[in-house]
Amino acid sequence: MNHPYRVLAIALLLVLVGGVAGFGLKPYPIYLISQWAVYTISAIGLNLTLGYAGQISLAQASFVGIGAYATALLMPHGVPFGVTLVIGAAISFILGVLLGFPALRVQGHYLAFVTLALATIAFLVFRNESWLTNGTSGIDKIVRPFPFTSDLAYLWLCLGSLAIVTLGTWWLLRSPWGRAFLALRENPVRASSLGVDVRMYTLLAFAIGAALGGVSGALFAPLGQYIEPAEFALPLSFSLLLMVVVGGSGSFLGPFLGAMVAVALPEVLRSFQDYYLVIYGVMVILLLVFSPDGLVGLIERAVRRRPVAAPAEPAK
Amino acid sequence: MMSLLVQVLISGLAIGAIYALIAAGFSLLSQGSQTVNFAQGDFVVLPAFVILAANSYGLPIWAGFVIALVVAALVLGVLFKRLMVDPILPHGAMQLSIATMALSIVLQNSMLNVGGAQAFPFPGINGGIHWGNVFIDWQSVTILLTAVAAVTALNLFMGRTRLGRAIQASAQGPQVARLLGINVTRMVLITFVLNAALVTLAALLISPIYLVKFDNGIGIGLAAFSAAIIGGFNQVRGAVVGGLLLGVVQNFAATFGPTQYRDAVPMLLLIIFILFRPQGLLGRAEERRV
Repeated sequence: MNHPYRVLAIALLLVLVGGVAGFGLKPYPIYLISQWAVYTISAIGLNLTLGYAGQISLAQASFVGIGAYATALLMPHGVPFGVTLVIGAAISFILGVLLGFPALRVQGHYLAFVTLALATIAFLVFRNESWLTNGTSGIDKIVRPFPFTSDLAYLWLCLGSLAIVTLGTWWLLRSPWGRAFLALRENPVRASSLGVDVRMYTLLAFAIGAALGGVSGALFAPLGQYIEPAEFALPLSFSLLLMVVVGGSGSFLGPFLGAMVAVALPEVLRSFQDYYLVIYGVMVILLLVFSPDGLVGLIERAVRRRPVAAPAEPAK
Repeated sequence: MMSLLVQVLISGLAIGAIYALIAAGFSLLSQGSQTVNFAQGDFVVLPAFVILAANSYGLPIWAGFVIALVVAALVLGVLFKRLMVDPILPHGAMQLSIATMALSIVLQNSMLNVGGAQAFPFPGINGGIHWGNVFIDWQSVTILLTAVAAVTALNLFMGRTRLGRAIQASAQGPQVARLLGINVTRMVLITFVLNAALVTLAALLISPIYLVKFDNGIGIGLAAFSAAIIGGFNQVRGAVVGGLLLGVVQNFAATFGPTQYRDAVPMLLLIIFILFRPQGLLGRAEERRV
């Protein structure tokens, strides 16, 4: 499952299955699959920052918010969706670089608190600057870009974007850049002694992760056609972080699985109603106890335990 | 004007003293077992609900407090350590932090489902005294005195008693402590129980002011993290200084600044401190490990 082409194939297959399934489904399941694609993009970004570069960020929800507000605010002024998406991603990228600067000075938990603090401030700005964001009333009647106006067409737009992000990330991780990210996570001091520019790569890890948050936000706004500040508050940051960890932090397929669990679980646990978040939280804790490398690690071990079913993988 | 300033100062100190209790527990855990507890704020709300529940069955507040102490020591102390910290910490401190975020979700939603979404009133102390034209309310005074007494007791316990020193030794150098014959595992367990006692006391003091609501833990937690970092992460003294400073600054900002951005004040302080003085007001610079 770690083979680079195999993970790419599995990821793209998931996207394809989602797209084909859309044909036979009612609007609500289509909405859920679109939501999965949007969250996955955001989680892929956070996985780059957290899983590959080893820098914790609790501000990912703020970047989703920036992307969402950029699209919701600019599209009524006649700016095409493609441009608003790029603008949202670019603003997030720049803010991501700025967010990375504290990471150059402090690590681990201190970084978690800085990003937590910035996410709280970002939420207050979304909420309080009503002249721009319409405050707690939110923005409604966000139109979808032509020709992706129907639920099905918009699903394909989300999945198409996810496919592009998947290919891009896959390429990035195989490139010398991606390897530098990994070196950074494993041992920053050794990486820097081997000539990896630790400063630049730390900032880039934040910036690219943030930009993907912005992209996901741009898709998020027209999906539900309504946004409000509370959607981009701390709970979403926690939730995205848990998606990465549930799927498997630092594994390519992790965000795909983590986002799937986060979207599907409330539906599966519908009969438990309000208790589903309690069950979700307990499941995450159990997963961290028994499989710290998430669902991907769990599946890998299950596959490896049955050598008949899966041909022996080349030794690493 | 002068009277208003004094009142804002006193109520700020009172809130700050409670932050100090919560931050001290937070620091103890991080020092004693590398547990950075993102659910610390929710740890304060849970005992408040226990006290209210006991109260609704006709028990007086002090009896509720005793029950809450026992429940907190068991659930937030022993069970939290045995079921979450012990198995997850070997995987990494960051994994454990993320697990405590999940725990925060579990606690908040459990309290929402069991208790409800409304803010429950909590009995406090009414009245006060006029001193010239300054009004000093008994509640703030009581909170301040109780919290100061608790922190002083904690400091004396940690510094002057054999057990307290053993706990400190276990936190600073577990290997050496073990060589000296200290039961490090038990000391760490005591740290967790101490934290449970601190949050229960904080619950008793803070609830008359903030009321009891399932998601109060978010704000309380943020304030406690900020207080711990502003004062100096790894010290009880630091938590006291950080807590009092934060409480006063926050209260002044809330009274004289834009109310909409009241919650941003502790966050800005936190960012400024982490960037320019990460060791906090009282801490020493920490070397980075290679």
